[in-house]
Amino acid sequence: MYSQSLNQQVADTTGPDDAAAAARFQTRIDAEERIEPNDWMPAAYRRTLVRQISQHAHSEIVGMLPEGNWITRAPSLRRKAALIAKVQDECGHGMYLYAAAETLGVTREQLVDELLSGKAKYSSIFNYPTLTWADIGAIGWLVDGAAIMNQIPLCRCSYGPYSRAMIRVCKEESFHQRQGYEIMLTLARGTAAQKAMAQDALNRWWWPCLMMFGPPDAQSQHSDASTRWKIKRFSNDALRQKFVDATVPQAHFLGLTLPDPALRFNEATAHWEFGEIDWTEFKQVLAGNGPCNRDRMAARRAAHANGEWVRNAALAYAAKERARAAAGAA
Amino acid sequence: MYTGSITVAETPLLRYVLGRADDALVLGHRLSEWCGHGPMLEEDMALSNMALDLIGQARALYTYAGEVEGAGRDEDAYAYLRDVTGYANVLLVEQPNGDFARTIVRQLLFSAFIDPYWRALMASTDQTLAAIAAKAEKESAYHLRHASEWTIRLGDGTAESHARAQQALDELWPFTGELFTVSAAERGLVDAGIAIDPEALRAGWHAIVARVAGRATLTLPADGWMQRGGREGRHSEHLGHLLSDLQYLQRAFPGARW
Repeated sequence: MYSQSLNQQVADTTGPDDAAAAARFQTRIDAEERIEPNDWMPAAYRRTLVRQISQHAHSEIVGMLPEGNWITRAPSLRRKAALIAKVQDECGHGMYLYAAAETLGVTREQLVDELLSGKAKYSSIFNYPTLTWADIGAIGWLVDGAAIMNQIPLCRCSYGPYSRAMIRVCKEESFHQRQGYEIMLTLARGTAAQKAMAQDALNRWWWPCLMMFGPPDAQSQHSDASTRWKIKRFSNDALRQKFVDATVPQAHFLGLTLPDPALRFNEATAHWEFGEIDWTEFKQVLAGNGPCNRDRMAARRAAHANGEWVRNAALAYAAKERARAAAGAA
Repeated sequence: MYTGSITVAETPLLRYVLGRADDALVLGHRLSEWCGHGPMLEEDMALSNMALDLIGQARALYTYAGEVEGAGRDEDAYAYLRDVTGYANVLLVEQPNGDFARTIVRQLLFSAFIDPYWRALMASTDQTLAAIAAKAEKESAYHLRHASEWTIRLGDGTAESHARAQQALDELWPFTGELFTVSAAERGLVDAGIAIDPEALRAGWHAIVARVAGRATLTLPADGWMQRGGREGRHSEHLGHLLSDLQYLQRAFPGARW
């Protein structure tokens, strides 16, 4: 899915002793070389990546919840199988993103603890509820569509393990996006009730999806360092505009109306202009006050707590097996 | 066009195919309830994978049921429009997930039965069933391995995991007898070489479960009173709730295509 940590300020704490190494590092970045786990890197580069990759991983895992909410109620066996497979893909994305973060010297356990303690964040979008089946279509089409806009540039991110993870993630996300759009198309061409369901989902998900790209450039805290390090390659507003330009014609093809009276095509710029985003809502959701923040965290904490005895059992059994093997070898 | 609940013609072959399909769908549905809530991400993946296998098996069997009945019904008609008394799955698979131990032990008890069952059914004189069995067997072999390994880990893990696994085994044991029942109608299919006699698999099933339980340091319960009725549509209260989730959209919007 997507991480909003691109928008946070990082302090570049590279010391004078590292100045020569930092200069060599920047030369490699500028030459579009990939940085690998054992390569020298500035501490702030490492910290930025750990935060960004882990928040991305957390978003994948929390993102399983709103869609998982409809697995048991999917309207056909084909849709049920596709939805399980999709949510399972998100889990897989989370796993290989945690693995990518682990190449930077942290453990999955540490990162999960930070999520569960509330220290680490995940994408704001997953704090909205899935109320009808159309929401599953809207998430695939819009949320995954927005995620792709963000993630395609990350396939060229300077950090090798992250860029390679993104290449695989993007392939799967683009399949999800087509799947979501196909759900919407089926609803839009279905009964009046189904079309109304699709419209309602679009009304609820449109603005939160635009918020996924983060604050406007004018207010953005996004660091110059991330750009210099070629972690972030496009600004929030540029990506948001790209998403709007791609999505508006898709909505029109569905025969649905975007919930924005200010939306208009500017012939001169060849872009769709859109209305004011409610940044107060965005800030409130980030602050923990979205409709589902508490439910999402409660679900993750419950899964972790309820699984503790299972994880302990696996460790205890592995220790016994090692002891038995050692005794057998002695 | 879907309308209300459907009633299917109760021919022996149709009833038999639907029973096997219902086993797979109901157990797959149960496993899918774990998605996003597993004890570790690896198990979210594994349980979802098995759910997908089982739902895939159910789809193949329901599609075949449609051919057998010849009334123009597709897989979704059978899954979404039969009421609880029309479902013919065994009671074991509809039992709630409970904790992870209960889910794993349920999977062990069922997989230890169904894996040899599919293998034997590959010799069915019914070519479609033989083909479905051949595909399903590859999947159930993995399900059995996964459930066996976890049963051993839990049983021989910590005191807590041992107690939970033992409790799951004790509570689910009374649902195992039904796996081996054969209705009068099904007897005819067995005689015709279409279905197989599950009684012939009982000793093998018991040996698998006993071996896993032994390594898991779990005690097999004594064979007491066995619950049954699922194959005849007399279910536990749990199935109705499962179906009200599963069938909700098809019931709320009759005739809509999704």
